[in-house]
Amino acid sequence: MTTAMILVPRTPIRSGDVVMLKAMISHPMETGYRRTENGEEIPRNIIRRMICRYDGVEVFSVEMHQAIAANPFMSFGVVATKTGPVEFEWVGDNGFRHRQSAQLTVTG
Amino acid sequence: MSRPFSPHSGIELDRRALIGAGAMLVTALAVEPAAASPDMAAAIRKFTGGAEPKTGKVTLDIAPLVENGNAVGVEVKVDHPMTPESFVSEIAIFTEKNPVPDVAVFHLSPQSGRAHVVTRMRLATTQNVAAVARLSDGSHWQETREVIVTIAACTED
Repeated sequence: MTTAMILVPRTPIRSGDVVMLKAMISHPMETGYRRTENGEEIPRNIIRRMICRYDGVEVFSVEMHQAIAANPFMSFGVVATKTGPVEFEWVGDNGFRHRQSAQLTVTG
Repeated sequence: MSRPFSPHSGIELDRRALIGAGAMLVTALAVEPAAASPDMAAAIRKFTGGAEPKTGKVTLDIAPLVENGNAVGVEVKVDHPMTPESFVSEIAIFTEKNPVPDVAVFHLSPQSGRAHVVTRMRLATTQNVAAVARLSDGSHWQETREVIVTIAACTED
């Protein structure tokens, strides 16, 4: 089962503040370069892309390759404008897709 | 001079040292082709569309010595405003000796507020890591850092 964690700052956020969002998702990020004990290649299975939408608008995305560590962690900035959802979507090999969102609460 | 740790004679020690050195040399030669394959410079040129990135603006924060190459924290900041008129549109990370030189490409916008990204990456061996930023005016900026890795990622069990 896939689990993801989205962290938004706990401190009060005012409109115009730049906040760092953090997201982590459980995934092996199998490189495709490893072999089993019997010498068989373990096929590649990675997340290719993560997209973040804030209040319905795409504000950040990242293309990933095999060199991103297992359980990909990403942190990036966003200008807080108003209270609304930050929606994350991860897309990867073998039809992998996971969506999760958190609320960004802006006071003042 | 005393040899407090050796019950063997000097000749025995030298012979062992020689065999050991020989074995290490063979290992080094065997590993060499895999380590030299992909070209980081070519991957960077593909990202920049052929342009040579300038030095400056980019700060690549990564430990100079890591024990475990499986999850190495990496942080990139670009000293540039993020306004609709002028901003950092992309940040890309490359490695010199991983099986694939591309690590990640981050897409930013003025809504990002600051050009600052953090992730965790794999390093197959001791090598250079480069961060390249693309600005909205089409210019490219780069910083490269060498990281010494004592336990490699990618190929081990």
